[in-house]
Amino acid sequence: MADFLMPSLGADMDEGTLVQWEVAPGDTVRRGQVVAVVETAKGAIDVEIFRDGVVEELLVEPGTTVPVGQPIARLRECGEAEPTPGPAPAPATATAEPDTARVRASPAARRQAEALGIDLEALAGSGPDGAITLEDVGRAGSARESMAEAVAPAPAKPAAPGRPVDIRGAIAAAMSRAKREIPHYYLGHWVDLSPANEWLADWNASHPVAERLLPAVLMLRAVALAAARFPDFNGFWRDGKFVAGDGVHVGTAISLRRGGLVAPALKNADRHSLPELMDAFRDLVGRARAGRLTGSELLGGTITVSSLGEQGVEEVYPVIYPPQVAIVGFGTPVERPWVVGGRIEPRWLVRATLAADHRVSDGRRGALFLEAVTGLLQEPETL
Amino acid sequence: MSAARTTYREAVRAAIRAALLDDERVFLMGEDVGSYGGCFGVSKGLLEEFGPERIRDTPLSESGFTGAGIGAALGGMRPIVEIMTVNFSLLALDQIVNSAATIRHMSDGQFSVPLVIRMATGAGRQLAAQHSHSLESFYAHVPGIRVVAPATLEDARGMLPAALADPDPVVIFEHTSLYNLEGELAEDAGAVDLDRAAIRRPGRDVTLVTHGGSLAKTLAAAATLAEEGIEAEVIDLRSLRPLDDATIIASVSRTRRAVMVDEGWRTMSLAAELVTRIVEQAFYELDAPLARVCTAEVPIPYPAHLEQAALPSADKIVAAARRLTGG
Repeated sequence: MADFLMPSLGADMDEGTLVQWEVAPGDTVRRGQVVAVVETAKGAIDVEIFRDGVVEELLVEPGTTVPVGQPIARLRECGEAEPTPGPAPAPATATAEPDTARVRASPAARRQAEALGIDLEALAGSGPDGAITLEDVGRAGSARESMAEAVAPAPAKPAAPGRPVDIRGAIAAAMSRAKREIPHYYLGHWVDLSPANEWLADWNASHPVAERLLPAVLMLRAVALAAARFPDFNGFWRDGKFVAGDGVHVGTAISLRRGGLVAPALKNADRHSLPELMDAFRDLVGRARAGRLTGSELLGGTITVSSLGEQGVEEVYPVIYPPQVAIVGFGTPVERPWVVGGRIEPRWLVRATLAADHRVSDGRRGALFLEAVTGLLQEPETL
Repeated sequence: MSAARTTYREAVRAAIRAALLDDERVFLMGEDVGSYGGCFGVSKGLLEEFGPERIRDTPLSESGFTGAGIGAALGGMRPIVEIMTVNFSLLALDQIVNSAATIRHMSDGQFSVPLVIRMATGAGRQLAAQHSHSLESFYAHVPGIRVVAPATLEDARGMLPAALADPDPVVIFEHTSLYNLEGELAEDAGAVDLDRAAIRRPGRDVTLVTHGGSLAKTLAAAATLAEEGIEAEVIDLRSLRPLDDATIIASVSRTRRAVMVDEGWRTMSLAAELVTRIVEQAFYELDAPLARVCTAEVPIPYPAHLEQAALPSADKIVAAARRLTGG
């Protein structure tokens, strides 16, 4: 005799509701056969049985919620009974992740990437079968090779047919990979910008022009502080598991005048004051547009912020920059009627969105993280 | 010094003739080399000039006359043994591998075998499967012999005297498609080195490694590739044993990509050996997988269209190189 237990259908599941039995007492069942439907936080899931046998007794009525590991049916085994019934292993269907294939890169590209400290996972390959070549690494990584060369094909060497040398090709590869491999989930939240705007107006009124702050820097700082508090949004998905970033390096999406965009990182953004961050941000934007970013800036981000600025739409659903696991978007601030203390008031609002990697975090964690970001923006003096 | 218009066939003949004139120990021996003038016409006229003592027709016994050549070499002569094709040379393989290649080693250096064996190799003339194979790798496998493959007029003229000067056995492979090759050759052309590979065309994007009868196809492929912006470097191995690793590795380290072009079959081939050496010595320089263009794994067909389909071609070389460069 063996017990069939409520299976764990995911690492975060601690109970399940039996929706319906697909078998009745006396039925012969085979390993792998669906015997029940269980409702979980992720929806209704078909549950398979993991041994052959005959159903002796159903222990749980449909509609009952039971904890993971509780026996829900009793099974009579065919032939000789095993002396001790083992616990039902977690079914593979709900938790199995596809194997992450090793990045395809040439030996020369690997050696150069290691020497320059460049993450191959973030690169697009232009070689045979999409392999990353030495040229791809050189283009992405070396401080000597400027972004300008990436934007415009290097004049010294005519490109062979089919070699993407433009930044569009790099974006295409990175974003295709993101959408192919990363199970994104999205959250959105309205943020009342009034406290931040007022604080910013005060600050800028009392400082010389060179020291004035942009709203974008407050947003970067808020994301950096929240990411330091929620490490599962700050880091990388590598070789099938999450690796936390060493420090909070916030990538900031900067569009280039010649088309395309880059997302260089503000290093240790959680440990710099707003004025320091403003200086770094100004420097980064200037150098990005002049085509003079370093490899570690280009590829060192542990989380990214995509801010639309004044471009006119309210909401952005950003795509995660692999191998990062989260990206925060800010739409264009809009003035809207808003209920404050029971009264309708015109207020400046911004829509904050989060796209995060569901392999690493779940919606609830994401909500807490996004709330932390927006909460910090309500108290700009703490930034 | 002036140059004269000549052919590969005439360059080989000139080399044999010069050797006969220079050194009375030299003689030529093989099937039909005398009265008939050689099955590819290489020795035409030599019997009349040098007489039957030095231009010797032999019975149809490769093992017999190759063994006689080894004996003559041991006895102080400098024989040139001609074997019609590498296919027939298999009958002499025992003499070459078990005697010529081993005697210096087994006599602790007391005896050497200063023998030169010339043989035709390769396909392309509709001579069918028993006359067309490229078995250079059989010989390049064996320690104790040197194996060379002249692909140009200079090497056709210059490798024979260098081989005769070598105290050990040397096998010279002459590709049958090369005998009619025409070009200019300096009138004072003489011995060349036997050790180094030659870069026949410099390039920076991909290295094409070849030898003998495939050199022309490979150069044609390189010209086509250049029109597409891919600069191919063409290496003519010249020496198949020993291989000039230094030239090959230096080239591949610059271009980071390589295609081996070898008229032998792919399996267990010279091309396979080259790939292995590159991987052993330059793995971290590589920026793409290595590739091979070899002969299809069939006995060489007789019909012209099937024969051509089985052999490496400029188109196949271009396609392989294009793939490695991401095209």
